Amino acid sequence: MSTVAQTISDSVTITRRNLIKVKRVPDLIVFATLSPIMFVLLFRYVFGGAIQVPGDVPYAEFLLPGIFAQTVVLGSTVTGASIAEDLQKGLIDRFRSLPMSRSAVLIGRTVADLGLNVISIVVMALTGLVVGWRIRSSVPEAAAGFLVLLLLAFSISWLMALVGLLVRTPEVVNNASFMVLFPLTFIANTFVPLESFPPVLRTFAEWNPVSAVVQAARNLFGNTLPGAPVPDAWSLQHPVLYTVLWTALILVVFVPLSVRAYQRTSTR
Amino acid sequence: MPGMTNAVVVEGLVKRFGATTALDGVGFTVAEGTVLGLLGPNGAGKTTVVRILSTLMRADAGRAEVAGLDVVRQAGEVRASIGLTGQYAAVDEYLTGSENLEMVGQLYRLGKRESRARAGQLLERFELTDAARRPAKTYSGGMRRRLDIAASLIARPRVLFLDEPTTGLDPRSRLGMWEFIADLVQDGTTILLTTQYLEEADRLADRMVVIDRGQVIARGTADELKAQVGGERLELTVATVEQLVLAAEALRPLAQAEMRRDEQTRRLSMPVSGGTETLAEALHRLSATSVQVLDIGLRRPDLDDVFLTLTGHAAEDAAPPTDPADPVEPSLPVGTGAPR
Repeated sequence: MSTVAQTISDSVTITRRNLIKVKRVPDLIVFATLSPIMFVLLFRYVFGGAIQVPGDVPYAEFLLPGIFAQTVVLGSTVTGASIAEDLQKGLIDRFRSLPMSRSAVLIGRTVADLGLNVISIVVMALTGLVVGWRIRSSVPEAAAGFLVLLLLAFSISWLMALVGLLVRTPEVVNNASFMVLFPLTFIANTFVPLESFPPVLRTFAEWNPVSAVVQAARNLFGNTLPGAPVPDAWSLQHPVLYTVLWTALILVVFVPLSVRAYQRTSTR
Repeated sequence: MPGMTNAVVVEGLVKRFGATTALDGVGFTVAEGTVLGLLGPNGAGKTTVVRILSTLMRADAGRAEVAGLDVVRQAGEVRASIGLTGQYAAVDEYLTGSENLEMVGQLYRLGKRESRARAGQLLERFELTDAARRPAKTYSGGMRRRLDIAASLIARPRVLFLDEPTTGLDPRSRLGMWEFIADLVQDGTTILLTTQYLEEADRLADRMVVIDRGQVIARGTADELKAQVGGERLELTVATVEQLVLAAEALRPLAQAEMRRDEQTRRLSMPVSGGTETLAEALHRLSATSVQVLDIGLRRPDLDDVFLTLTGHAAEDAAPPTDPADPVEPSLPVGTGAPR
């Protein structure tokens, strides 16, 4: 077997192992989808009335791409906690002592977590349709919208894999990444238009990749109106390109770093 | 030339963690098809040796070969020839027993059918067939260890590393584990076993290497080690600390070497010869004093005796005082290469 074929075959084995856990511990998926549903309902019905959206876009259409982005970004933190757990339980040592591909454990992990994000996004999209969200573009455009969201989340999974390998305690990984990522998903155009932000925060939000992916998804789902004002920042004028650049950058940096860290780590 | 080749060759291994030296020139060999017991207290460097040999860690100096392969330059081939059972049962709690074994089989590239067949055989051999379809989360500690060892055997490794396979098991599970390991030896697997228990090594190992603070301090068969340590010991517990002094005086002529006296437990221990006759003589001498003997008996040497004889300190003293239960070598005290 060639190296590539071996890597794929080992990654499939590990992905399957990780997905079995999702099947056996349904709480995981229940909580992964309950909180986004709660967010959809809270923002749609509690804050929705108070938030002014530029143009005449219904708030549900403005909101859903934001919720999608927040959920998949936070969902990718699972990668770090799961790797730390495997490390703690000695499983990484076992895998590292096997004649298997040196990157398959991380590929299998990030791919399984991508799968979890797919499930979350499906549940949220269905909830969104119930509360008034609509896709107003073509099928390929809508598919591209889901794709940019999932790709960014996938790249963040690789960043989180490194965090998990270095931090080593699942609870700490969870809390620390939440402290960083939760504000990152709020200082963005996720829930409110950027026009309402104070200047410094607004500049940060304009260049925040979360804003870009939200903008990209809104454009691709057709959740913006033709008459809506054009954003000032380049990042939001070319949100798909900007998101793809971020995704590529994160992958180029963190895939090698994570694989290297994996090869050197061991249970303490 | 069966029996003539070495399945494991270790030369001058050095490993440092920051300022501490975990291994300070460890060397030994394990002949093909034999069991080597690597003995030592917590923090002696046993686990570090196993990690280097199983390619999980690189030594700072020295060289090691497993199954004729260099652990650094041919790490991939080494991994295909070994099985590793670490100190923690490395099984996936959410997978069933058979799923765990089949996964490991596939990662050893056995193929689906072969993995399933081997998993079935091993589950039966380790008496896990009834639990095969249950998630490992529901297993007892002993069952998890058995599943873990089964996983490391799935590809019929030439060399098996067992790092403290019975630590944390209750006595009954420990006995069961010894039987399973003894069976493996019958199959001709070369085994490197680390343990804190001389009794365990005595029972399972052909030869032993004793390490302390990163250095080999003794090697040989169980009998050779015991000869170094001395033979049996007389041990007794008395009622009061004052009586401890009296008993020591009364028994001094019987002691072959220095006595050990522990005031906390009011226990006296000394190497003796002559077996039960000496015991009778000791009782006779004690009856002439006012010493009240609570417990007395002859005992075979254990790892404590080995350590006391070879290093001048008891096994548990060698562990870092901060956390004796922690198997981490990096917490060793500085300057471990103390002259003997």
